[in-house]
Amino acid sequence: MKVSMTVNGRLVNGDVEPRTLLVHFIREELALTGTHIGCETSYCGACTVHVDGEATKSCTMLAVQAEGADIMTIEGMAKGDELHPVQEGFWERHGLQCGYCTPGMIMSGAALIAANPSPTEDEIRHGIEGNLCRCTGYHNIVKSIEYAAAKMRGETPPPADWEEVSA
Amino acid sequence: MTATMSQVGGIVRRKEDPALIQGRGVYVDDIKLNGELTAAFVRSPFARARITSIDTSAALAIPGVRAVYTIEDVRSLGPLLAQIPIGKLRPLLADGVVNHVGEAVAMVVAENRYQAQDAAEAVLVEYDQLPASVGLKFSATDEVKIHDDLDSNILHTWVSHDWWPGVFELEDHRPAIAAAKERDDVVIVSQEMVNQRLIPVAIEPRAVLADWSHGYDRVTLYTSSQIPHAVAGAIAKTFGLPVNGVHVIAPEVGGGFGCKLNVYPDEVLVCFASHKLEAPVRWTETRREAGYSTIHGRGWIGTATITGTRDGEILGYELDALADMGAYSQNFTVAIPVLGLYVASGQYNIPLAWSVKCVATNTQTTDAYRGAGRPEAAYYLERAIDMFATEIGMHPGDVRKKNFFKKEDFPATVPIGLTMDSGDYVTNLDKLLESSDYAGLKAMQTQARSEGRYVGVGLSTYVEVCGFGPSILAEFGFGWDGYGLPSSFSGSGLVRINPDGSATVFIGTGPSGQGHETTWAQIVSDRLGIAMEMIRVAHGDTTDSPMGIGTFGSRSAAVDGAATYEAAEKVRSKASELVAHMLEASAEDVRFADGGAHIVGTPGHKVTWAEIAEVAYKPHKGPEGMEAGLEAHAVFSPGNATWPFGSHIAVVEVDVETGNVDILRYLAMDDCGNVINPMIVDGQLHGGIAQGIGQALFEEAVYDENGNLLSGSLVDYPLPTASDLPMFELDRTVTPTDVNPLGVKGIGEAGTIGSAQTLVNAVVDALSPLGVKHIDMPMRPKKVWQAIQDAQEA
Repeated sequence: MKVSMTVNGRLVNGDVEPRTLLVHFIREELALTGTHIGCETSYCGACTVHVDGEATKSCTMLAVQAEGADIMTIEGMAKGDELHPVQEGFWERHGLQCGYCTPGMIMSGAALIAANPSPTEDEIRHGIEGNLCRCTGYHNIVKSIEYAAAKMRGETPPPADWEEVSA
Repeated sequence: MTATMSQVGGIVRRKEDPALIQGRGVYVDDIKLNGELTAAFVRSPFARARITSIDTSAALAIPGVRAVYTIEDVRSLGPLLAQIPIGKLRPLLADGVVNHVGEAVAMVVAENRYQAQDAAEAVLVEYDQLPASVGLKFSATDEVKIHDDLDSNILHTWVSHDWWPGVFELEDHRPAIAAAKERDDVVIVSQEMVNQRLIPVAIEPRAVLADWSHGYDRVTLYTSSQIPHAVAGAIAKTFGLPVNGVHVIAPEVGGGFGCKLNVYPDEVLVCFASHKLEAPVRWTETRREAGYSTIHGRGWIGTATITGTRDGEILGYELDALADMGAYSQNFTVAIPVLGLYVASGQYNIPLAWSVKCVATNTQTTDAYRGAGRPEAAYYLERAIDMFATEIGMHPGDVRKKNFFKKEDFPATVPIGLTMDSGDYVTNLDKLLESSDYAGLKAMQTQARSEGRYVGVGLSTYVEVCGFGPSILAEFGFGWDGYGLPSSFSGSGLVRINPDGSATVFIGTGPSGQGHETTWAQIVSDRLGIAMEMIRVAHGDTTDSPMGIGTFGSRSAAVDGAATYEAAEKVRSKASELVAHMLEASAEDVRFADGGAHIVGTPGHKVTWAEIAEVAYKPHKGPEGMEAGLEAHAVFSPGNATWPFGSHIAVVEVDVETGNVDILRYLAMDDCGNVINPMIVDGQLHGGIAQGIGQALFEEAVYDENGNLLSGSLVDYPLPTASDLPMFELDRTVTPTDVNPLGVKGIGEAGTIGSAQTLVNAVVDALSPLGVKHIDMPMRPKKVWQAIQDAQEA
């Protein structure tokens, strides 16, 4: 089946098997491998992308269902050399270890802040509970999103754990 | 370019992260090769059955299907190699019988995944179902013996006083403990407890991609592995190649936790298929498949018994347990409990009698999962100590301190004959009790109880063991001899100064998120004064890297880090001679810092690393007779293991109406010796603690009596989510080791080893007014609620 959509600002066309998942279309047809697959049940969230601005698990959507949609993947988040504040937050606050859940986590974090620019710790924790991380215990992921939200509000991010220790 | 100078002990952002946060990290499934084929497996629906026929004709008729392989095609390769070949080795594909649900019976290779999946469903396998042996206690009876060619389902028994015959002549403490039990003044607490089977669930499923180059007599295998060199050895030995004919590449690895510390049949089979079909062959496991195709961990049931006096002196600790091995033995399977034996008596100077039977069952193989034997050992011991403290009405911290090895006891020899390097347990525990305001927490508990709320405070201490040495342990299985690589668990590091003055560091580890590129660059930057940005750390490639053991057992920094330190020292020594020649000074006066070297006392009298490198690579500019080039390799073989330790406290509130457990606070005081990057060390603890909490509250691999895995997807195998966990309150004490020049001990598993029993101790403490004395993990609401009802009825 023919399908066309906008991905990271670029119009793309494809000819796919009807059962092709959006995540497979993104990874294999478009060679955007930053969107990952961690399960088949929409539990892990490694495949999270933005579909028309909404955080969406691309393993539970067919490519043909995204006909005409505006898709953003992790590869589209940075503007040239300038990282998206959520990406910057993950780097500054050690929000990742193996990095496998990270793209999905960043996409969820960005959508969360877009909907709620000043999330509390509890709101962040509930906002990302559809994304599983096995490495970090989420501690630094929450800190990373807090960092990004502050930056996006034009505020100074709260200090890192290690900055508090040295102060 | 910024020039970040790093010192050991400093915080630097990770070198790994820019690629990973932009979706540019390359994992196995992200690599595409021209003309690649895709494999899929036909799996057994039965836990135990005889295969009466396999009909592949319908599958082979599907367009795009290139081959269907069964054991007939690969029997000549032998079974899957294992480092500890005790028990039944796994055939590459089921050989006449199947012994667990999901065992691979046939492999289909097709041009795309859809054809492969359709063809796998079209392979017709007929079975005669046989009675299965599932459940540890049942399997241990041998009522249903699993393997015809083995005498018993009990594959081995690890006994504390006789675990390594011929090396340690140890006293059997059981008679003395039996005598103590006869005394009038003793208290005996005894409890059977389950340390349940877990599924590791690295978020990246395992993936393999083989490309056999006939002209080059070489196979390249991309695999998501913690042990690339061992995999290369196993592939080479299986196919009769020298190990240099196998090029294993572990690119980014999306989490391991021990489940990628193994050699798997699919790794061998994709190489076989690539050889036969003259095309690259890929296989990526699905999450549901991972429950069948990747190892599980834990799975013990045991009775822990403490005999002690009313004033808290422990006269004996006994553990009698069964450990589930699954149907086939793989890499370390039967050896995992011995890692528990290493820390069986924990931090305590007490008599020990420990017996763990390794039992085969008709289930997936078990092997190393984060902590591997040590969380189980710590769990039984620390639960039992808590019960003992409760029974005699003593502060749980005081009971522990009374029986600890004291600072002056180190190096301290434990009942199984090993010597612990360093420790200061009392200081560590006291610091946590003080910083947590333990007394205040207990006062808060009392206040809460008066309001009808059930708050509990749980304490646990632990000792870990990492970086296994000395080399002689290789004769006991601590090496990769099983994969044709006679070796001990040494570490390796190669530091190369390139002609432009940048450095490339090659290491033998197989990281999966531990930040080795950053940590190792810090070690080298610290020794040589080269900016972090000018150091590239390469790992996970068996052609690039020196022989490496891989990453597991919290060993990397303490062993491979030490090797890299020593390699950097060798480079520093030679570079000092070069700089002395360039600046006409004495080599002893050369100091390395800020991207170059200067002469002590005259910082302006300096050269850059680019200038040093030029002289190194142009021998006519250097000291006469000096060999050109500037690189060094070091192998570090530790004289002993390292023994980190720590103390954890959890504060929980239990809703007695629903059984729900809410973690109010989690505090940890860990001691891993010197710290290279505190940010990374804390991150390791966060993740480790989360996995211990996952075991305590949520996770369990459940088999029914017929051997069906009921928890094979993330829907029914719940992992902790962000909303289940609190912020972790971490602090540390620093007791360096003298086993390695960095003074570091290891931190990868500490959080997991310390945490599960901390949670159970807290929940039991919360519910003690209701008469609850023990709850088996996972403490899901229904089980907690039931425990409350049972205690009330009793």
